[in-house]
Amino acid sequence: MPNLIERQRHIIDFTLSSLLRRKGKNCALLLVYTLIVFILASVLFFTHALKREAALLLNEAPEIIVQRTLAGRYQTIPIAWSDRILKINGVISVRPRLWGYHFDSAFKANYTLTVPAGNPPQQGSIDIGSGISMMRGANRGDIIAFTGHDGIPRSFKIRNILEHESQLLANDLILLSEEDYRDFTGIPADQATDLALRVRNSREYGIIAEKITRIYPDTRPIVRTEILRTYDALFGWRSGLLIVIFSAAILAFVIFAWEKATGLSAEERREIGILKAVGWETSDILLMKFWEGTVISLTAFLVGIILAYLHVFFTSSALFAPVLKGWSTLYPAFPLTPFLDLGQVATLFFLTVVPYTITTIVPSWRAATIDPDAVMR
Amino acid sequence: MALRRSTIFLRTVAGLVLLLAMIFLHASNEVRTSGPLFARKNALVRQLELTDLSIFTEATYTRHLSMADISTPFQDAQMSLDHFPSGALVEPPPHLLRNHAQLD
Repeated sequence: MPNLIERQRHIIDFTLSSLLRRKGKNCALLLVYTLIVFILASVLFFTHALKREAALLLNEAPEIIVQRTLAGRYQTIPIAWSDRILKINGVISVRPRLWGYHFDSAFKANYTLTVPAGNPPQQGSIDIGSGISMMRGANRGDIIAFTGHDGIPRSFKIRNILEHESQLLANDLILLSEEDYRDFTGIPADQATDLALRVRNSREYGIIAEKITRIYPDTRPIVRTEILRTYDALFGWRSGLLIVIFSAAILAFVIFAWEKATGLSAEERREIGILKAVGWETSDILLMKFWEGTVISLTAFLVGIILAYLHVFFTSSALFAPVLKGWSTLYPAFPLTPFLDLGQVATLFFLTVVPYTITTIVPSWRAATIDPDAVMR
Repeated sequence: MALRRSTIFLRTVAGLVLLLAMIFLHASNEVRTSGPLFARKNALVRQLELTDLSIFTEATYTRHLSMADISTPFQDAQMSLDHFPSGALVEPPPHLLRNHAQLD
């Protein structure tokens, strides 16, 4: 056993010396390889953590939301419709929701206005998300003004700043009283944005949604499972973000594999010829090439994964921020909880380390089985 | 005496594996201690009846992705395209992509 380990260590010594002889090329290879693993792992960590976070948080969302459409566009819904919907078996409660958007032309930002179900601010005061607070430099007790639907500005006193840790939920929110909301937006007293339903049994979502569309054909019920599925598929394989990043990574790996599979450089062939001439077996050469592939790919994999973790969970995915921000002025920091999927890490290992190691061995096996004299010529 | 190259390599790999193990420990510890934080966030979701995460604020249909319908990204004109960057980043909600009949 000690002999076996010593033999492997000698081969690793030789492999590392061989790699260091082509220092520039191999360092560049290691750098690019690490970068690819880093990007892939960052995307996987980020999307998985975000999906898990969404699943845990939105599990408390209303069971069914009923919207009304008119000629394919949203329309406010009459509050009176709640009474008939409440009579459907299985519906515990129906609450008219009041929410909408406000574009702040001074800061070029979009806010979401909401009337909370519980503990709404008093008339004339509002709660704001930490993103708005930071952007406008507004704090508790300050007076803040927004222009209403009729062009007349309204002033509100800031009652509270929503917790910074809830940025992913409430970064752009303005909470206000029902009276203020109706006055600010001009929505009539008998109308709501949509209806939020509480339902006793999750197996009844589909049937209740169907009954609602039968009673009111111009409504569009959205059940909680659909909300959860939306966020589960948010950054799925078909999303633009993943397609662009994964295509670039796959292309880079194809170039790697192509470079390796199309053959060895003259210098590498001569090296193999000399090794065979001095008595190395074909299996020794393949072992050396195995270690060569492993040294590069394992190091790149480990460094890439560690850097990706630091990037996503310690810098709030700083490199992705410019991509995700788009034209948004208000953008939440992403202090995600590090939900890691070991299966994803293992998949990444098998997709990056194994193919590279194999593509390193195959052309060497071809060169190692040829007569040394012919290889050296 | 200078260290053998294999020793340096194996120690480096061992160090990196140790770091990776520490990362997994850190992650599992963070998840374990995040219970109260999620309880507070869940209470906020219940209180405000939230349906979406505030990731993109540039367009209404990506701000409230689950509430959007299929025509919203293209509603500015009959032939208009979805022109917000976030619309190109995310996948549309699966409930909007359901086919109700065989189309071909």
